[in-house]
Amino acid sequence: MRKKKSPKDVAFHAINYALFGIFTLSCIYPFYYLFINTISSNDLSAAGYITFYPREIHFDNYVNVLKISGLAHAAYVSLYRTVVGTLLTVGASAFLGYLFTKKEMWLRRLWYRMLIVTMYFSAGLIPWYITMNNLGLTNNYLAYVLPTIITPFNIILVKTFIEGIPPSLEESAEIDGAGYTKIFRSIIVPLITPILATITIFSAVNQWNSFIDTAFLMTDTKYYTLQFLLWRYLNESSSLAALIRNSQDMAASVQHMQTPGSVRMTVTMIVVLPILIIYPFFQRFFVKGILIGAVKG
Amino acid sequence: MTEPSILVHASKPKGYGRGSFRKLPNKYKLFLMAFPFLVTTFIFFYLPISGWIYAFYDFTPGIPLSDTPYVGLKWFKSIAQNHTQMEEVLRVMKNTVAMSALGIVTSVFPVIFAILLSEIRTPWYRKFVQTLTTIPNFISWILVYALAFTLFSVDNGVVNTILIKLGFIDEGINFLATNSNVWLTMIAWYWWKSLGWGAILYLAAITGIDQELYEAADVDGASRFRKIWHITVPGIIPTFFVLLILSIGNFINNGVDQYFAFQNAMNKDSIEVLDLYVYNIAFANNFPFATAVSMLKSLISIFLLFTANSMSKLIRGESII
Repeated sequence: MRKKKSPKDVAFHAINYALFGIFTLSCIYPFYYLFINTISSNDLSAAGYITFYPREIHFDNYVNVLKISGLAHAAYVSLYRTVVGTLLTVGASAFLGYLFTKKEMWLRRLWYRMLIVTMYFSAGLIPWYITMNNLGLTNNYLAYVLPTIITPFNIILVKTFIEGIPPSLEESAEIDGAGYTKIFRSIIVPLITPILATITIFSAVNQWNSFIDTAFLMTDTKYYTLQFLLWRYLNESSSLAALIRNSQDMAASVQHMQTPGSVRMTVTMIVVLPILIIYPFFQRFFVKGILIGAVKG
Repeated sequence: MTEPSILVHASKPKGYGRGSFRKLPNKYKLFLMAFPFLVTTFIFFYLPISGWIYAFYDFTPGIPLSDTPYVGLKWFKSIAQNHTQMEEVLRVMKNTVAMSALGIVTSVFPVIFAILLSEIRTPWYRKFVQTLTTIPNFISWILVYALAFTLFSVDNGVVNTILIKLGFIDEGINFLATNSNVWLTMIAWYWWKSLGWGAILYLAAITGIDQELYEAADVDGASRFRKIWHITVPGIIPTFFVLLILSIGNFINNGVDQYFAFQNAMNKDSIEVLDLYVYNIAFANNFPFATAVSMLKSLISIFLLFTANSMSKLIRGESII
């Protein structure tokens, strides 16, 4: 049972609760602010009148922005790299993580170290770019999904997770004469689904959020992702203005007329929305992932 | 680590399977199954090291290396000999060290966050704070910049609007396009994005502390501060040290994402860290110089990694690689 609260205690708790309240608000308000500005009358938004609640609600911004040429295609590229890239890395991490739990593998420690070192060391941006270029992976969709197949952190997570499974399950299958791939498919995979879910979410979020590889490797606009397109809208006001001219609905009223600000904010909202939607469902997987990863340092 | 032994088959029972792969000893079988993935690792992580050779040539993109003059250490020497070049590298190094040092000094923030959050006695409020403060970690730096762009916009951003209404300023300030306080604003954005996420590890460590220690301290009449200082802090210090050592290994790897997103003509002098600098000079088409800088950076990284690794072995008897 707790002691009676002293005034000092009360003050401490009040300040503590308030500080967390303020910080939490600062994490959430930007998203809310963005959202209410995209659904409010564009002239009020442009004049800075939309601060706490939406006014003169309309959804024309979303309708018009989706008409922008290139945006739908960029969404498709983002979706492609998220789905394909995630499937490849999850499959590879699961299998390789399993193989690395086998102590009898020839030179296992050497290969495993070779893999872990890549988390801390890289040849550098330019040598990497030149290699990608020589491999024909510039202006190529494969450049989004092949380099991420091997993600050391994911492999560590799977390996650590498998090492925590009672070995008796596997041994009985080995006695029955099942090979490694059979054991992997029928015994290991069903047991490691929790960690596979975690790395699926990690990889999907990373793929969706990547943009620097586009900046390096892609010069043709058809390979642009949503993230990169957003960066261009933020930095090149001229291209944005041209876009608005092309996609402007001539009959639109002045309140619904697109402005550079409305396009920027609406595109930002479209890019951030998938993350906000999946986040509540997968939060526990994120936490599990970081805790297992931390055990390994 | 205690690990149960796993059965090792010298050979499979007769009549099992066909083909030469089946007859291989298990240790080679496992290796062959891993082989395609090891090759992939080699191609994307080790093959690029061969690109270091470009640092020794007067390379221009588009012209094959065989038609390019070999210049030896010219590009490395130019860092030290060319005065303007050296000033530029020094400026970039200053930014790099400043950002990393600020990052290390402020790495106690998530520790404080976790300790204070664990003092909150309302479970739903604790969960509410933890859930919502983790969200920014999952959006890209481009999105963070897009949010900043909207909030701090000169004409209609909420920050300027409120500051003007309250009478603190007369006209909007362009917070994002200024060369003053760039280091501080960058570290502030960094913690806005990472604080909630960074605290998760420490919260888990606090949950792992034996509750009886607190109860015993209560009996002794220990104050809140004494309990935190003598029970909670020692409980999470091992985790803190592990992360500190890792950050030493990554001292000059600031990453490029955040600075790439926030960089503009106005703040370039203070925001250009090593990673961004390499990117920028490569885009100005000076490939060999960019490669030379990349190469030096990688070599320093290796040195730092080994330093961090020996520190880790010394302090907690476990290596990080």
